[in-house]
Amino acid sequence: MTTQKLELVCPAGTPAALRAAVDSGADAVYLGFRDETNARNFPGLNFNREELADGLRYAHQKGAKVLLAINSFPEAGNPGPWTKAVDDAARLGVDAVILADVGLCDYAARTHPDLRRHLSVQASASNPEAINFYAREFGVRRVVLPRVLTVAEIADLNKSIPVETEVFVFGGLCVMAEGRCALSSYATGKSPNMTGVCSPASHVRYVEEGDRLTSRLGEFTINRFDSSENAGYPTLCKGRFVAAGKTSYLFEDPTSLNVIDMLPDLMAAGVTALKIEGRQRGRAYVAQAVAAFREAVDRAAAGIPVGRVDLTSITEGRRQTAGSYEKAWR
Amino acid sequence: MAARLTLGPVFYNWAPERWRDFYFRIADEAPVDVVCVGEVVCSKRQPFLDPMLPEVIERLQAAGKEVVLATLALIMTRREEEGVREVCRQTDLPVEANDFAAVSMLAGRPHVVGPLVNVYNEGTLGYLARNGATRVSLPGELPARSVGRLAAAGLVDLEVQVFGRMPLAISARCYHARSRNLHKDSCQYVCADDPDGMDLDTLDGEPFLSVNGTQTLSYTYVNLAAEVAELQEMGITHLRLAPQDVDMVGVARCFRELADGAREAGQAIARLDALCDGIPFSNGYFHGIEGVGAKGPLEVVE
Repeated sequence: MTTQKLELVCPAGTPAALRAAVDSGADAVYLGFRDETNARNFPGLNFNREELADGLRYAHQKGAKVLLAINSFPEAGNPGPWTKAVDDAARLGVDAVILADVGLCDYAARTHPDLRRHLSVQASASNPEAINFYAREFGVRRVVLPRVLTVAEIADLNKSIPVETEVFVFGGLCVMAEGRCALSSYATGKSPNMTGVCSPASHVRYVEEGDRLTSRLGEFTINRFDSSENAGYPTLCKGRFVAAGKTSYLFEDPTSLNVIDMLPDLMAAGVTALKIEGRQRGRAYVAQAVAAFREAVDRAAAGIPVGRVDLTSITEGRRQTAGSYEKAWR
Repeated sequence: MAARLTLGPVFYNWAPERWRDFYFRIADEAPVDVVCVGEVVCSKRQPFLDPMLPEVIERLQAAGKEVVLATLALIMTRREEEGVREVCRQTDLPVEANDFAAVSMLAGRPHVVGPLVNVYNEGTLGYLARNGATRVSLPGELPARSVGRLAAAGLVDLEVQVFGRMPLAISARCYHARSRNLHKDSCQYVCADDPDGMDLDTLDGEPFLSVNGTQTLSYTYVNLAAEVAELQEMGITHLRLAPQDVDMVGVARCFRELADGAREAGQAIARLDALCDGIPFSNGYFHGIEGVGAKGPLEVVE
């Protein structure tokens, strides 16, 4: 198998982040429209049509691609925002759309056959049969893999599918199979699938109790910190809970995915593209993460050891994990 | 026509004999029309149920139940994919797909799509109908407005979960194992200690979620007793009961009477409350608010 240079796919939550990513060496940026059609539907983020057109010009001039995430699930009786997003993606000339919903994949394949389609991580296609299904039925060309597979499983998978794979390498870490998690809506009524948000800020409260700080999501306490601890954001699955009499971060510690030292393994596993999470993060995060991975990807392609890269300052809780890529994580 | 009742698959790791005896009693006593059997959550449990499956299926069929084989929700390994393929390959029984891999394997044949497959809109529903789905069990997150619109599309029979813990998430990671400082590969099957799930409380001691190995469910039991009439008016053909560690025959009788218009919702809720040993009920998702919420007659049960 010939191993090609890994493609670096970087987050662009804003036009400024897009320029930072492109300037720092992104091969592609991914972004969304400013509405419920994408899974990062946060206030102050994302692009309107004019901003996307500008972003496309900027990225294309510098040789970078633009991928548009339309990866929430259209509401019954209200397909308009989602089909219009696909139509506008085709009209404006984005390099690919990233889709999750089968109905929308079907629409895109029939209406805009020449518009390149990637399968979002939100589709949770975690095995050859499911991936082959999306490739066969909707002409999907690349699959963003859910964060449930080990590197060995990814290598095996890549032998059995006719499409490219893209994997997350850095940033926030979903510990549940993506697109199949309703924890957020159970507590808040808002979910990634339906609203494009998880543990939304609109439902977060921090309550001071003496020298302790309690973080709440909806009606539920998600964590409590004493003065020596850094109070993190109450993402539901990174909360501290009590099970069988024991208090712990049962689902996952406040931590970030970082597998910068596994790039040669991912190349060998036949992966095509690497994804950096963080459309909700600022320009400085994007610039630092993208620059570090740009260098690491170039080194890995040249067969030079990636070496130690310190990214702890931009990781959650200043902690890092290889997540599901290592089997012991399970 | 009054809705039919579906008993969803047992999500928990019950001892094989207990699992068998549960279905024997369902066959003999429960007024349900459809029964889904099979391991959905963790492939490591499957070998323990396999020896029991033929006699369970036989007993249920002899009692006139439609038996449906449910497939694994999260397929990650070759072995898991092959296991699901084997279920989909047999033609004796209908299969309920819980992942798009199974949807793919069942293409062109009549089949059921389970609630762990994302069906949020008419586009996806239409695709699945063309692919051969005859019944779709809708995701629990859907509000009444979406349920009504999908029912109005009139494409396939539709089912809504009306009782039991709502499955909220599935992961590669086993939280039961993690709670005991074990890895999934050497889990010692500790999930069997919690036949109705392991309570996950907040730091304030408030019950919040329920952990079942790699699956996370609501702590509350969904209870749409007061919404049964509305669901039937919308055209929902099947009402799903999720097995919990309570008298499911009693639960099934309650919903049968509700669907037949033979019992008033308030009465049914009081009866279900008595059967469910103080576990709080919720119906928030259906009412378009947070899933844990309780609207209408459920509020007074608290």
